[in-house]
Amino acid sequence: MSKQFALSVDRIKCDGRGLCAELLPELIRLDDWGYPILAPGPVPEHLIPLAQRAVEDCPVLAIALRRTQLKK
Amino acid sequence: MTGLLGTPDAMTPLPRVGSEIIDAIERSRLVGRGGAGFPVATKWRAVAQRSHGNAVIVVNGAEGEPQSKKDRVLMSERPHLVLDGAFIAARALRARHLILYIGERHDAARSAMLRALSARPEPERGRVTASSAPARYVAGAEAAAVHFLNEGIATPTNVPPYPFERGVGGAPTLVQNVETLAHVALLARTGHTPQTALVTLAGAVKRPGVLEVEPHTTIGDAVQRGGGATEAPRAILVGGYFGSWVEPEQAWNLELNPDSLRRNGLGLGCGVIGLLPASRCPVCETAGIMRYLAGESSAQCGPCFFGLRALADACTRVAERGSNPEDLKRLQRWAIDVRGRGACRHPDGAVMFLSSSLQVFGQEFASHRSHHVSRTA
Repeated sequence: MSKQFALSVDRIKCDGRGLCAELLPELIRLDDWGYPILAPGPVPEHLIPLAQRAVEDCPVLAIALRRTQLKK
Repeated sequence: MTGLLGTPDAMTPLPRVGSEIIDAIERSRLVGRGGAGFPVATKWRAVAQRSHGNAVIVVNGAEGEPQSKKDRVLMSERPHLVLDGAFIAARALRARHLILYIGERHDAARSAMLRALSARPEPERGRVTASSAPARYVAGAEAAAVHFLNEGIATPTNVPPYPFERGVGGAPTLVQNVETLAHVALLARTGHTPQTALVTLAGAVKRPGVLEVEPHTTIGDAVQRGGGATEAPRAILVGGYFGSWVEPEQAWNLELNPDSLRRNGLGLGCGVIGLLPASRCPVCETAGIMRYLAGESSAQCGPCFFGLRALADACTRVAERGSNPEDLKRLQRWAIDVRGRGACRHPDGAVMFLSSSLQVFGQEFASHRSHHVSRTA
């Protein structure tokens, strides 16, 4: 069992500013209304610094990067 | 048959139950009848584990689905059975407070429930309060009910925390549909559940209304009990607005129980069986329902608020101006994009309904022409 990180969005807080998709286009794209769609699965290790940046720079603090237990 | 509606609504002494009733519920494989079909025993255990005599029971009679009447009929005709179920839940989960959460427009149901409550002995009665659920589609969703009871706003909240973790007043809370509670009452009284279901027949049926059906009753049998179809149906909506359309040939032989429906990729949902008459345009019908569901978004999450609106607009364009490949492509793409992207399941339910429309009425969506044009041409 190894520790991994996953992104999540608080859908109620999210205002569709779109900064996250600019910072991390590898994992976040915007829908036709400007709201983020996250790639499924854990954040690859080399993208974790950028993911952290997306979390910190979100103007409404809607994004979180959480440790997840990898199942099996 | 002695089902829910076949049982006289007498107030009987409550059976002495403790947490062992949860094992009985588990053996009965009862699932929630509010729409989501969640296993009841699992939900009760989650509350029981966290309750220190402080749990809250929310008796959910909000019934926000426009075509559904079964919860109202049950509360009006068998209020004691519902209350029995609620008090049994209170004992099993060691709850101190019970809240009747009944749709604000369901006057007859509320009066019947309050009348039945007033006949109850004091120690029971004094632990119950009543609250009116706003007449909105999402008001009956668990988290929205808890939000309303805590803060007066019937919009869903982020989960976790789930109501069983932190619900009304921060206490572990069971939000349970009234029909589900009535089934528990019969289980506690007789040792078994009748395995019946309350369904609402709607649309092109001679006698629309509420029926209690046995597990092997097919949709065809139920429609026959409703006097038959008024005309050949184009499709049957199984489970209400968060359900699915089924071709009539397939629908007639489907049995109205959760297991059999699940094997066919369907669900009982809120129990609405809606017959769409062949004379009605399925594209226009879909557009109307999508418009309604878009309007019932609680406007908290962007993908739901903007996405459902855009989907309803695209459906309306197809309905009013005729089919066009751009809108058909958008509908397919947005139905996928929106799914799973709300704090609650409202957007999911709406796009699942839409996907079912696009599948069953694919031909109609592809070849639809403006009714205005076709009439004057």
